[in-house]
Amino acid sequence: MKRFLISCLLACAALLQPWSKASAEDQHITIAAAADLHDAMDKLIASYRRNHPGATLEVVYGASGMLLNQIEQGAPFELFFSADSSYPQQLVAHGKAGGTPVPYAMGHLVMWSASIDMSQVKVADLSQQRFGRIAIANPQHAPYGKRAEQALHAAGVWDAVQARLVYGENIAQTAQFAQSGNATVGLIAESLAKASPVKGSYALVPATMHEPLKQSFVLTQRGAGNALAKDFASYVQSPPARAILAGYGFSLPGAGH
Amino acid sequence: MFSAQDLQALWLTLRLASVVTLLLLLLGCPLAWWLTHTSSRWRRPVAALVALPLVLPPTVLGFYLLMLWGPEGAVGRLIAAAGLSALPFTFRGLVVASMLYSLPFVVQPLHNAFEAVGERPLELASSLGAGPWDRFFTVALPLAWPGVITAAVLGFAHTVGEFGVVLMIGGNIPGQTRVLSMRIYDHVQAGEYHQANVLSLCLLVVSFAALLAMTLLRPRRYARD
Repeated sequence: MKRFLISCLLACAALLQPWSKASAEDQHITIAAAADLHDAMDKLIASYRRNHPGATLEVVYGASGMLLNQIEQGAPFELFFSADSSYPQQLVAHGKAGGTPVPYAMGHLVMWSASIDMSQVKVADLSQQRFGRIAIANPQHAPYGKRAEQALHAAGVWDAVQARLVYGENIAQTAQFAQSGNATVGLIAESLAKASPVKGSYALVPATMHEPLKQSFVLTQRGAGNALAKDFASYVQSPPARAILAGYGFSLPGAGH
Repeated sequence: MFSAQDLQALWLTLRLASVVTLLLLLLGCPLAWWLTHTSSRWRRPVAALVALPLVLPPTVLGFYLLMLWGPEGAVGRLIAAAGLSALPFTFRGLVVASMLYSLPFVVQPLHNAFEAVGERPLELASSLGAGPWDRFFTVALPLAWPGVITAAVLGFAHTVGEFGVVLMIGGNIPGQTRVLSMRIYDHVQAGEYHQANVLSLCLLVVSFAALLAMTLLRPRRYARD
């Protein structure tokens, strides 16, 4: 019995060890990234690691509002890439940021469908029943969802489509609803439309119909003194990183349109 | 204290849990009865299948349902061919998904209760001339009553607490699929901790009351074990 107990304790101790050997603090960061950066952020990290093979950068994707909350509750993120500027500003206002927000990309909202040719479709057309269920991200905490709501209001079709709306938890789930065909149309990020594993067509929602998706990142308090976090932050503003972002349909700050 | 949307979510959740519990009791009784009395070689596979949601992550169930029910999925095609509207993002869809998800919580207590009743009372009733339906309704069911109550309470509470499946196939539609657990999640994500707290407290009290009621409703001789 005694030996059994001791082996149990030893097993527990072994299991409590982290999976990988803890590398030097500076060589490992975790990034909180808006869900529209799926694929793009992975590409950025892969390209960064080609010149910094010793560095480990992990990403957690989610709705920007959710990530903000997690950081404020002490989640161990060094960098926060939001899909807008207001959430990073809130982090600053609440004294939980380790720097000032830096715009890194301008996102675009598109209407995407797997089954309907969307290329000539206008936002106002979505009131037609043939567009079936329309997926948008939850406006409460996802910037793309908030913009989708604004655009539908601006087109004057909010009341007409409201009963047909389904809400994704973040913009990536919203895209999945549309890509799986469960929603006929998805109002999603152009970056996700470009990276879609499923064939579909899309039309841009005119930027005049919603607040801009001026995407900013900010160092968190935890990341403020972290050399790797700072280095990656400056890498994201470098020409190779901007080329990657441009490839996913993002416009770039200071580059004109 | 509650916003109109919170009340809507609360009402929706109670409606969902009630419908699911009633349907599961109707479906669960014959199923549990069959599991108890059959000697079929399918008994063990079926019992394992019924218990599957106990160990399966809800996201797995939600994922497969979304794929199956989608316009490209097998069930989705069948439903479309039958001229019915699709299941994902609807209240009906949630009912079906919740029934799958809560199935073991209803069937297992019933199964245990029917087993505890045993063959003997039924044989006695039979020798007194009671037919199979009569035996079930006037002998087995009354004797298994504590199990029925347990099944109803567990099925109800488990459906109220469902989150993973709803997140995958619900679409968070107000009045349709935005149940209490989703609403709490949204409040937390938006940093509205007060509202999240009020709703969570509600669920906590309801859950505790349900379990308390379950033990109080049991006859004394069952309450001991």
